[in-house]
Amino acid sequence: MESPVLRIERFNAHFGDNQILKDVTLSFPRNKVIAIMGPSGCGKTTLVRCINRMHELTAGARASGKIYLDDEDLYSMNPIVVRRKIGMVFQKPNPFPTMSIYNNTVAGYKLNGIRMSRGELDRIVEESLRRSALWDEVNGALHRKGTFLSGGQQQRLCIARALAMNPEILLLDEPTSALDPKATSHIEELIGELKDTVTIILVTHNIAQAARVSDYTAFLFLGELIEYGPTDRLFTVPEDKRTEEYLTGKFG
Amino acid sequence: MHSRSESTFRAGLNLAAIAMVVLLLAIFVTLLVNSLPSLREMGWKFLYGKTWDPVSGTFGSLPFLVGTLLTSFLALLISLPFSLSIAIFLGEYLKGGFFSSLMRNAIELLAGIPSVIYGFWGLFVLVPLIRGLEMKLGITPYGVGIFAAAVILSIMVIPFSASIAREVISLVPADLKEAAYSLGATRLEVVWKVILPYARSGIFAGILLALGRALGETMAVTMVIGNANFLPGSLFSPSNTMASVIANEFTEATETLYLSSLVEIGLLLLLVTTIVNIIGKYIIRKQTVEV
Amino acid sequence: MNRVGVTGRVIKDYSFRSVVIVLCLLSILPLLLILIYIIKQGISSVNWGFLTRLPRPVGEAGGGISNALVGTVLLIIIACLFSVPVGIFAGVYLSEYRRGRLAYLVRLSVEVLQGTPSIVIGIIAYLWIVMRMGSFSAFSGGIALGIMMLPVIVKTTEETLKLIPHHLKEASLALGVPYYKTILKVIVPAGLSGIITGILISVARIAGETAPLLFTAFGSPFMNLNVFKPINSLPLLIFNYATSPYAGWHSLAWGASFVLVVFVLALNLFARMVARRWKVQF
Repeated sequence: MESPVLRIERFNAHFGDNQILKDVTLSFPRNKVIAIMGPSGCGKTTLVRCINRMHELTAGARASGKIYLDDEDLYSMNPIVVRRKIGMVFQKPNPFPTMSIYNNTVAGYKLNGIRMSRGELDRIVEESLRRSALWDEVNGALHRKGTFLSGGQQQRLCIARALAMNPEILLLDEPTSALDPKATSHIEELIGELKDTVTIILVTHNIAQAARVSDYTAFLFLGELIEYGPTDRLFTVPEDKRTEEYLTGKFG
Repeated sequence: MHSRSESTFRAGLNLAAIAMVVLLLAIFVTLLVNSLPSLREMGWKFLYGKTWDPVSGTFGSLPFLVGTLLTSFLALLISLPFSLSIAIFLGEYLKGGFFSSLMRNAIELLAGIPSVIYGFWGLFVLVPLIRGLEMKLGITPYGVGIFAAAVILSIMVIPFSASIAREVISLVPADLKEAAYSLGATRLEVVWKVILPYARSGIFAGILLALGRALGETMAVTMVIGNANFLPGSLFSPSNTMASVIANEFTEATETLYLSSLVEIGLLLLLVTTIVNIIGKYIIRKQTVEV
Repeated sequence: MNRVGVTGRVIKDYSFRSVVIVLCLLSILPLLLILIYIIKQGISSVNWGFLTRLPRPVGEAGGGISNALVGTVLLIIIACLFSVPVGIFAGVYLSEYRRGRLAYLVRLSVEVLQGTPSIVIGIIAYLWIVMRMGSFSAFSGGIALGIMMLPVIVKTTEETLKLIPHHLKEASLALGVPYYKTILKVIVPAGLSGIITGILISVARIAGETAPLLFTAFGSPFMNLNVFKPINSLPLLIFNYATSPYAGWHSLAWGASFVLVVFVLALNLFARMVARRWKVQF
């Protein structure tokens, strides 16, 4: 088995006096979809926000432990570099309202002042929008503002924006919970296509979604990693009683 | 791990913030320091001295304190029924719709007219009218004076108390009003017995803020108050307020004690206005938090 | 319930409502009177010559207000150069560092500054600048006006930025954009319409201010573009001419009042339009 793209070792996260993550150890295989699920407040969003070092931006937040991206310790790097290597898509689609679709897609470059020729930018825009299955719908309207799109399209734009930076890992934090079923299924289809080129870590509170879309699933409860394994195994024969109870709807 | 641009930016933000605080402190300190000559020379006598005579070097500011108080309070008194009516009308009777927004825009317009234009109009339209009134009443027909200033001020001050009072009145909880109506109360009764008492402190705050505005108003008052430096004998006497005496005499104040006395008046004005405004804003903040 | 009692109350109710409506209408009356009077008196004076000529000495016909117009614009520019950067930065500070000692002090300072009488600001500018420089100047007048603009700019910037959804900042930070670039290139642009509205409103306010200019800019009968010399402005001109004993100057003052009122109203309308049209959807 090839080396994991991301390794989390004995990771703890705090928010003031509350401990949100307790001693989490987890490793993520390359080019697969890993779902992180659990009831509200279990720490799954905090976990992914620690991966791209957004957690520490909140006042009163602390974290300890190691996270390795391809054997590089993320916590000894400049956080800005970390965030350029790991992309994130949020629950509520958030294209930049003052920018066109074109500029939104390459916002990661433009905002950072990375200069590129017009041709290069065009190429990146088309590639990213194709990867997020939005190209056919917006080609020809690239100069329009991103906020005119539907919810599902906006979310795909956000995915394109993250993909444009060529990240190794894409963090999706409940990406479909604000979308209607049709848009949700589009995104789920997209996730299946994307995993060939990028590793996807998907936070979801929707158990069925995790079952549909992921190759591996991690179950978190009250900040601890309860169980982790291939999705079809975890969903059919969970090892831990708490996993079973969560899957059968006893809580959460 | 912040880059240099990052630190510069954060430093810039902090600097601007500090600059605001320093600015305010510097204003108070400057006024204080430049009032020292007259503070030292006259002490408390400055506040109750009745004579203001730059020629002989006597500086008593009582005439201006009285002028300020009379004009401001009279202005508030005159404007109160109007502001309250607007507040009740827009906050309770007609909260939305074309006429309501027309009214609201008109009031905003009223607040946007420059003070010097109020003064100009006051001088050419109001003062002759008052002169006529004074002649009928058998008083010396100056036209200018405390009454004229109070009337102009009252017009200028209406938008301030009206808008705050309107906000507070419209925030009175619907269920209180419904309870009163269901008991058979008329609109008037609901307004007087439920709404106004509930919104009482907010209305008071609006009045305070209007007072703060009136105290500091300079140009319109200067143009119609008559520029007289003695204690006013009646509401129709010419007079001066703290603001208007500064406006009239500052450029003539060549020697230190004179200048320092005017600066001291400015300091007093600032202190009084600040206290009134802070109290008013404090009450409003408490109101909005409670609601 | 006694019938007479009810009818009495109903009558009182109707009369109260009438009184309220009458008082409301009476309140707008001064506005109408003033506007009508200004239009009547002023519009006859206003023509192209009026706007482009310099004031003439008393008794000579055909004076104009060109130096006052230019002066007003120059003073506004100086005031903005000073107050806009400081005000926006302070406003950004308040929206980013919501709690904390300094934030509290800044908010307090802004409130006190907003309530400070304009003539006191004039005194301050005189003591700080005019006395040091040894002469009246456009510069000191501009600074005085700028100080008056600060509170409104700080407050509207803070209010506008507070309304911007938090997840917009997150989206930018998650792309690896550093904090300061996120604020400058994402947050402030998103709030630009509100910020500009605040600037326009405060410009409209200071455009009509006279008191702080009485002993800073001081006024002048000449056209002046040198910021270190005295300068005229519309409100100053109106004040000086209105309080003079010459009828010729009075009509000039009416014309100037007309121009000033139109200018201030236009600015306010423009500010309102900007707020509505440019509003960014989230």
